[in-house]
Amino acid sequence: MIAIIDYGVGNLFSLKSSFAAIGQEAVVTSDRSVIHDADKIIFPGVGAFRDAIGKLRASGLDAVVREEAQSGKPLMGICLGMQLLFEKGYEYGEYDGVGLLRGSIRPIADVIPKGLKIPQIGWNALKIKRETPLLGRIREGDCVYFVHSYYAAECDESVVATTEYGAELTAAVAYGNVYGCQFHPEKSGAVGLNILRAFCEDV
Amino acid sequence: MITKRIIPCLDVKDGRVVKGVNFQGLGDVASPVELAKHYSESGADELVFYDITASAEGRTIFTDILRETARNVFIPLTVGGGINTVDDFDRVLKCGADKVSVNSGAIRNPALIGEAAKRYGDQCVVLSADVKRVDGVFRVFARGGRENTGMEAIEWIRRCVGEGAGEVVVNSIDTDGVRGGFDLEMLAAVCEAVNVPVIASGGAGKIEDFITLFQTLPKVDAGLAASIFHFGEVEIGELKKAMAANGIPSRL
Repeated sequence: MIAIIDYGVGNLFSLKSSFAAIGQEAVVTSDRSVIHDADKIIFPGVGAFRDAIGKLRASGLDAVVREEAQSGKPLMGICLGMQLLFEKGYEYGEYDGVGLLRGSIRPIADVIPKGLKIPQIGWNALKIKRETPLLGRIREGDCVYFVHSYYAAECDESVVATTEYGAELTAAVAYGNVYGCQFHPEKSGAVGLNILRAFCEDV
Repeated sequence: MITKRIIPCLDVKDGRVVKGVNFQGLGDVASPVELAKHYSESGADELVFYDITASAEGRTIFTDILRETARNVFIPLTVGGGINTVDDFDRVLKCGADKVSVNSGAIRNPALIGEAAKRYGDQCVVLSADVKRVDGVFRVFARGGRENTGMEAIEWIRRCVGEGAGEVVVNSIDTDGVRGGFDLEMLAAVCEAVNVPVIASGGAGKIEDFITLFQTLPKVDAGLAASIFHFGEVEIGELKKAMAANGIPSRL
């Protein structure tokens, strides 16, 4: 069973549906015993770093996420969920993240040429940087759906895929049992479902 | 490189897609869920569901359909039609919409965009503007293009983006239904004015119209159309291939 952690940010209907579509049982939950009993964890998130990390701490689930990941359970952050797994975020100030991944979350405006639209919204191609079971079912150049204004920086040790948007931006990360996608696999058609399938069956 | 998006728009009334549809192999051609699946499999990058129901019962049917679509289709889904309050945003987002498009609701209450953007993020709020030339000036029309608001369109669009609209759909009433190509002049003016994704709507009649659109106006992010897709006059897979062959970044 997959636990999709619910800490009050974003709408988890599509995410839950995408697991059903690949024949996996997934529950949306904030119950720590359910999270503890799950085989794997999905850590979602939309919105701003500051608000989301605040809600996560208020719910006490930041400790749960950290403990479960440290126990070796596979965990994948999606979009802002991935960003929160890093050490620090620089959105409306400087905030500590969950700290499972080394690196920080920075504005894409710092690295892309002026004139490019922010956020990056749309389908962009993946460039695979390192082999990982998470991306074992997709190919270099496959497109996935992005919506983001910030990106993971200083994360050479975990980056497994990037995307080109005026600069090479982190698209997916993997470090031990901790995974993350900047894009939305649940909105990325067959490619996205294959990434979720790989997370369920191959990691 | 980010790809140019192709977006079919489905007008839904009382649970059925309006404007005739004609596909071989599709069991129920007027079923929004079936049609959405078909488009997703054909390579559509996103879908727009437009609720043109007037009644409360119709609205309930619409949200049921939305939920069923989101259970089956895993590409971004934008919902418009009858969005007048933040509660309307909430209603459709809970049923699986990713973005919500506002048109007359924002004209009646311009604060709606800001309120929704604050709660759900700019990326969730799409401004849809029906624009028509009146004595050589671009004007915003309300109520499905029937009523001239008198507002200058470019200024209106700029203002809505300032309030938090994360994308803009520009529907040219002048070219809509004519099938002679998109309104390049109007779209160029909008692209010049804002730095959020611009979605072109109104006027597409054939594959070449999309090629011309993206080659002439590289700042346009997406092309939206309805009946040419529904009638099978433009097949999305072929369109995407033609775009790629012409050097336009597209998701194949």
